[in-house]
Amino acid sequence: MTTNDSGYIRKDLPVKIGNIGMILLASGIIFGIFGFITNPERAAFSYLPTFMFLLSISVGSLFWVALEYLAGAEWSVPFRRVAEFLSTIIPLLIILVIPLLMHMKDLFIWMNPVAVASSKVLQGKEPYLNYSFFLIRVIGFCIIWVIFYFIFIRNSRKQDITGEQGLTKNNVIFSGIFMPVFAYTITFSAVDWLMSLAPLWFSTIFGAYLFSGAVWSSLAAITFISIKLKENGYLHPKVNENHYYSLGTLLFAFTVFWAYIAFSQYMLIWYADLPEESFWFLHRWTGGWSLLSIIVIITHFIVPFGALLSFPSKTNTGRLKFISIWILVAHYIDLYWLIMPSLYVNGKVYMFSWLDIVFPVGAVGLIMVVFNWSARRYNLIPIRDPKLQKAFNFRI
Amino acid sequence: MDNKLFGLAALFNTPDEIIKAAEAAKSAGYKKFDVNTPYPVHGMDKAMGLKPSTVGFVTLFFGFSAAAFIMFFMWWTLASNYPLIIGGKPNFPLPAFIPITFETTVLIGSVATFLSIIALYFSLPTNSHPLHDSEYMKAVSTDKYGIVIEAEDPLFNKTQTDKFLRELNPSSIEEIYYPEKIIYPLFAPKFILFLVVVAILVSGSTYVTLNTLLYVTPYDWMSVQDKVNPESKSEFFSDGFGMRKPVAGTVARGFIPYPYLGQAAPKEVLTNPLLPTEDVLALGKRKFNTFCSPCHGYTADGDSRLRGQFPSPPTLHTDKVRNYPDGMIYHIITNGQNAMPSYAYQVSREERWAIINYVRVLQRAKNARPNDLVEINKESEK
Repeated sequence: MTTNDSGYIRKDLPVKIGNIGMILLASGIIFGIFGFITNPERAAFSYLPTFMFLLSISVGSLFWVALEYLAGAEWSVPFRRVAEFLSTIIPLLIILVIPLLMHMKDLFIWMNPVAVASSKVLQGKEPYLNYSFFLIRVIGFCIIWVIFYFIFIRNSRKQDITGEQGLTKNNVIFSGIFMPVFAYTITFSAVDWLMSLAPLWFSTIFGAYLFSGAVWSSLAAITFISIKLKENGYLHPKVNENHYYSLGTLLFAFTVFWAYIAFSQYMLIWYADLPEESFWFLHRWTGGWSLLSIIVIITHFIVPFGALLSFPSKTNTGRLKFISIWILVAHYIDLYWLIMPSLYVNGKVYMFSWLDIVFPVGAVGLIMVVFNWSARRYNLIPIRDPKLQKAFNFRI
Repeated sequence: MDNKLFGLAALFNTPDEIIKAAEAAKSAGYKKFDVNTPYPVHGMDKAMGLKPSTVGFVTLFFGFSAAAFIMFFMWWTLASNYPLIIGGKPNFPLPAFIPITFETTVLIGSVATFLSIIALYFSLPTNSHPLHDSEYMKAVSTDKYGIVIEAEDPLFNKTQTDKFLRELNPSSIEEIYYPEKIIYPLFAPKFILFLVVVAILVSGSTYVTLNTLLYVTPYDWMSVQDKVNPESKSEFFSDGFGMRKPVAGTVARGFIPYPYLGQAAPKEVLTNPLLPTEDVLALGKRKFNTFCSPCHGYTADGDSRLRGQFPSPPTLHTDKVRNYPDGMIYHIITNGQNAMPSYAYQVSREERWAIINYVRVLQRAKNARPNDLVEINKESEK
């Protein structure tokens, strides 16, 4: 138990969280490996949305940490640790990406020399879309994120012990450096992992599309976990509905932001109606994919928009919890919608696979395990943060 | 002052004091009080015991109404009333309408919210509030925090409320009165005169500014050219006319002057240049029937449908006319005679000579000689 003057009483999370997380993670790994052995192509397809989901949550959480420092936000200080714990997944991304790198030939058509030889467009894109450069980018981005992750986390945790205010200043400077780096890395990640699945297609707003989804879903994860912690008495008692109202407002804002980006992308392509752009949406509007497209619009925009519009919905923690889970599911569906239709082209028939359930379950287990592991070692509140008292006095 | 008391206002120096004052007023049971601060003070809603504002529902209602209206309007104009195909899209292209719907929803929603707040706070049609022009309002719009308890509150009592406010240690207390009601009649002559003067000044200065000071000639490269316009004045020519007279003796193309024009009895006339060929006679017949027969009749007997309604047109079978040379008939057609006007403008020179040849045919037909029959028989035997 740490002594501090902020009034925070440290409690360990119940053991069952770690246990349940372990069971989910282990089942995800075992069934996943089984899937990769029996049907490697389908397993790689199913694994990609889950990998992108974990990337969204972890890198998005790091974005929220950096944004809080950079904007000098006060109200969100009690939730920063939640975001930090979620971004602990970032170092694991280097391991999580290995199955995808092993099955590049199944995922990306530009890896196929025959396809490249027959297409002038793919030949033109070859200087960017080739295996070695792809590998450099993927590993490079992971290393950049890991470096920033360790800088932020180390300074933040050191402050718990020393209480030195200069550490906050250091983090503010590193946040300023991180923001443009984050913008470029998330954009090129979106191009590499999602857009290059259909290498003939292009959309300049696509990086912002993944950014909006990643930031939105990571904020939903932060909201859900901090409400759960608060309800069970793990957070500071002074955290109140004013703070949750602000989280709800941000969730609402990013719901609209995603819709704005997604609609801009759709409308410009629809209006210009160029065959080299519109085929991507047309493919998602044929057969069963049209149903998924409608589900994406409803789950990703209409329901969260209506649910978060009113004042009480943002202060009522029960409703916020529900909509946070909803948002996480919606983001997974969105990633599924982005990825899966691009893999089922040229007559390949789509079939739902049990692997599409296994991997998300494993991802949830991983998040629980990582969060539990972090929460056992570090405080859930940055107890010596200079902005903490102001955060507790925050009123809307 | 004899005016009605609006309320008592107290000023404080810090946001903490005003929060405490608002909480005290709430717990003392006051309902009709308000707080004025230079900026939104966090937590004030709770301290005053305010419920969440219902203005949001005004925004919601007007936003949805605007969205529904603009969707209907675009459907009606572009898909129903006058269907247009734009860019090869369907008549009702929903994605293209969404930005307009969004903008209209935001615009109407925000304007309606703004106007409804103005209407509620000013209780329209009033355009003033007792707090306006008070020292209190000057202070709270710079650096003080103020609370005002209205006299309409059931608990309000001037002495007791004053005591209550003084216990909160304000920096000052002010009594706010309703301002004197001044009615400005709408049709006062001064006001009307003022409107007229404003209208003249605005329209006049606008006219001068736009048409004289800021006037830029629009595309004039066709109307303004470096050449003399026939209708305009010329600096170059000594007589000042842009339009020049032709040189003496100039003749229009294709024009041959008639030398005996205007003479009643010319001493000499032209000779017929045409031979009475079949084509010439056919042309002469056609033109005679068109221009001459209305008066002279189809057989030149002067027996047209105008007989009796007009100075009777003469027959062309008199000895006088038969003895005229061709040139004399030509002279009459060209110049006119008695009631007959000149036909120079309707009938060309060649047509006139053709008509004369045809008239000769008619005259000969009326005065045939015995051996003409022999000639005709010869012709028919051929």
